[in-house]
Order: sequence, then C-alpha cells, then structure tokens
Amino acid sequence: MTDQLRFRHVVYRNYRVWRKLLAASLVGNLLDPLFWLVGLGFGLGSLLPSVGGMRYLEFLGSGMICYGVMYSTSFEGLWSAFTRLKQQRTWEGILHAPMTVTDIVVGEWVWAALKGVLSGVAILTVMAALGLVRSPMALWALPVMLLTGLAFAGIALVITALARSYDHFVYYFTLFITPMMLISGVFFPTAQLPRAVQLVAQVLPLSHATQLARGLVLGRPIDNAFAHVAALALIAVVGVVLARALTARRLR
Amino acid sequence: MLTVQSLRKKFGELEVVRGVSFEVSAGECYGLLGPNGAGKTTTLRCCLGLTAPDSGTITLDSLPVPARAREARARIGVVPQFDNLDPDFTVRENLRMYGRYFGLSRSEVARRVPWLLDYAGLADKADAQIEALSGGMKRRLTIARALVNDPRVLFLDEPTTGLDPQARHVVWERLKRLLGEGRTIILTTHFMDEAQRLCDRVAIMDHGVFLAEAPPHELIEREIEPVVIEVYGEGVGAWFETHARRLATRAELSGDTAFCYCREPEALLATLADAPELRVLRRAANLEDVFLKLTGRDLRD
Repeated sequence: MTDQLRFRHVVYRNYRVWRKLLAASLVGNLLDPLFWLVGLGFGLGSLLPSVGGMRYLEFLGSGMICYGVMYSTSFEGLWSAFTRLKQQRTWEGILHAPMTVTDIVVGEWVWAALKGVLSGVAILTVMAALGLVRSPMALWALPVMLLTGLAFAGIALVITALARSYDHFVYYFTLFITPMMLISGVFFPTAQLPRAVQLVAQVLPLSHATQLARGLVLGRPIDNAFAHVAALALIAVVGVVLARALTARRLR
Repeated sequence: MLTVQSLRKKFGELEVVRGVSFEVSAGECYGLLGPNGAGKTTTLRCCLGLTAPDSGTITLDSLPVPARAREARARIGVVPQFDNLDPDFTVRENLRMYGRYFGLSRSEVARRVPWLLDYAGLADKADAQIEALSGGMKRRLTIARALVNDPRVLFLDEPTTGLDPQARHVVWERLKRLLGEGRTIILTTHFMDEAQRLCDRVAIMDHGVFLAEAPPHELIEREIEPVVIEVYGEGVGAWFETHARRLATRAELSGDTAFCYCREPEALLATLADAPELRVLRRAANLEDVFLKLTGRDLRD
C-alpha cells in the first residue's frame, strides 16, 4: 500500500515549499479572479442583457473557475516543474533515494492539479461572496476541478519533459493555452463562433471543463456530462503516462 | 558488497562502457579513475539502477540491479557530481525532507538530524539557506544527506571536484571517518592524490574499459619505473634528444618539460651537471604517472 503511495513524498515536498509563500500565493489566487470578475463581469456584463440565459457575471464566473484551474496547473507543471527538473536538479536528487521516475511524475501531476483546484476554489469563494452561488450542488465542481487539473497537468508535464529551456513554454501558451481560453466558452458562448472553430473548440479540454463546471455551479442541466468527464479523464491519463515515459527517457 | 560482471552500455552509436567487471567487498574504499568521458559516471549510474545497462549483471548488497534497484538504493547513500541540494529549503529541512524520500518517519529523521549536522560541521548553520553556504559546506551537507538512512555503502561521484584545498582535506577527513566506521565507499575521481589517500584499490578506466586494477602502491610498482626526473627550462628539447632518450627507461617531452622514468637515474643526472640552464626535479613515481602512462597525455574535452 505505502509502496504505491511514495509519490506523496513529492507532493509533500512541493507543499512545504508552497507553504513558505502561502500569503503571497493566497493573495494572488483570490485577488486576481476578483479583479477579473468585478472588471469584466460588472463592466462588460452591464452592457449585456443575458448570456445563454444567465447573467453575464454568472456565465463568466463559472468559466473563470476552469480558466483558473488551467492557468495555475499549467504554470506549476511547466515553469515550476522544469525548474525542479533542470535548474535545481531536484528530481535527480530524489532519484538517488529509493524513489522512481513514476513516483516523481505522479507526485508532480497530483501536486500541479491540486494547485489548480486551489485557484478554482478561490474563484468559487469569490463567486459565493458575490452571491453568485445558490446551490450546495456547486461543491460537485470540486471533483471537476481536480479532473481538469489532472488533464492540464498531464499535458504540461509532457511539454516539460520535452523542453530544452523556458522559451518552449511561451509557444505552448501562445499557440495552445491562449486560443483555447478564447474559444472554449469562458468569456462568451461558443455558439457565437464560426462553425469550423466550434468544431475545434468541442474537443478542447477547457471546453469540457467549462461545460461541466458551469452546469454544477449554476445548477443547470449539462448535456453529455459523461462524455465530458471521460474526455478529461482520457487526457489526464494519456498525459501522465506519456510524461512518465518521456521523463524516464530524459533522466536515464 | 558490489559485484559487476561484463557491464556494457551504449548511448546511441557510442558504446560508453565496454565490458567492465569488478567487485568491491565490505569495508573497502574502491576508486574508479579515468579522464573525462572514460565511462566512470555511466558505470556508477548503472550500479545505482539509474541507467539500464545493455548487458551484464550487477549485484548491490545482494540485490540484483536494475531489477531491484529501488530497494538497493534504500540501503545505500549517493553523493552526485553536481550538488542537487534543495534550494527551497534550509540545511535542516534538506536533511529532513531527504529522510522522507527514504520512507523514514518524522521521529526517526529528527533523531538522526543532529548527528548529521554535526558530521557535516554545520550545526550552527542548521537554519541557513542553501545559497548562503560555501562550496565546501554544500559538499559536506550533500555527504551528510546521503547518510540519512545510515547506509552501509556510499557512492560518490567526484566528491571534491571544484573545492579549494582546505575544503578537500576536510572532505577526505570526513570520508576516512566513514571508512573507520566500517562503511564501504565507491568513488570516482580524476584526482590521483585523492585516490592514493583514500582508496584501498583503484581501477583506471578509459574509453569504457578497465586498463588496470590494483591497490595504488601496487599499481605504481607494477606499471611504472620508481624514479621520475622532471627537467624543464630553455634547451630542454636538445637535451632530451641527446640524453633522455638514451639513458631513461622511458621519456616523454610534454611542452617544455621532459619526464624521464628511470630505475637507475644516476647516469641521466650526471648529464645534467653540464647544463646549468636546465632545472631538475627528482621525485618518486606516483599514481598520476601511472594514470598518464595508461591513458596518455592527450586533452579530453
């Protein structure tokens, strides 16, 4: 039992480092979404009658949860993980102990996802404070956040295992994360987009996450809920398996 | 304690280790010597199960590697060539966290940490950040960290590279203390004085194979003439051609220094009496002479 859970040492290590910067981290996690919600939600929202049958603030807030998870998780799985892989040689040090590449990659995967959940929870808290959360059903968004985090952490760790320098992450953000953020229904409904773009948007992980979270937070019905969960789970598992193989090749 | 048989490892087209066999018994200090790129680090990484060999068998503390490498690593300590202390933690936290990776309980580690800090001579730096430590302190902490599980075997990859002479002597003293406690040490180095001081046996490695293996003094007696005459100064070339080639058992001209290896140096020294412009150093042959004889004087970059 404990043998399979050795990855927890890696999670614990990262947690201990994070705890040293707790105050700064929480301020960022809470204030950043608050500014977005207040700025865009009230400012832009006052111009819009309703979006897909919701107040714009509700629409935006539920999308921002997934965006927050994606952003935090990706940052942790790319810049922070790469620092531990290359700059600090932290992973090399851990491998000299009775730990394996699998323990390290799974630990980083879980940790990056948990950081994403933390961001998501912060946004959910801000929404609750603004009176946008009405049903305890919203707590079901927590497992969705975790799943979303695991999906983006898997992809990020694949990129990290392949990266030669931090510069590679800029491509990933510019070519993948930013366009995905714009067409996955975070800021406006996907239905506004040309048909071809909609088709692309449908298969993006952020779209699956947004549709699940929006339904749960606002207590609205979700179409194809199972398919969204399955898609995120598939991305998460393929990501971590591939990341493990690539990292093992890199560290051999 | 460690048995390696017919170890081979290729990276792409390049065969880095080409059939290496050796054995290290308990309590012994064994040194792998060789120029950069000789295959020392790869051999070590194979022994730790961090790199999978193409062929050959390795047994570490009676466990087959790499099959049960993780379990084997639970019983040994590793000091890597490049410091990989965790810069996000203090000195004490580094030791504590490393104990966690070994699955040691909080109280076990807490009991061990004062001893480790004392061993590293860092008791008064326990709460310092890693970046505040000197190179020598980092090295000592890395060695102390490798002892967190009280291992019977310690692997060190170039333990004193990059340290100043004072720091090197401190590291040697600490390593001797471990040997005195009956622990086994396997190290790589390209410092011959280090090997001569610490190792019971050394192997000289180049291009992926062992060129020689013996206790340092035996290697010197067996492989090389006992006396070395070093001659340098203006006109050494002419002197070398006329006298050294004829009178020394073996002679080499490297830059403007002639190295003459002799059994009976008197005749050669007599020729130098007429050449006051040449400066002469007479010394006993050492491990470095053996190393250079076996691996050559060419630069390895």
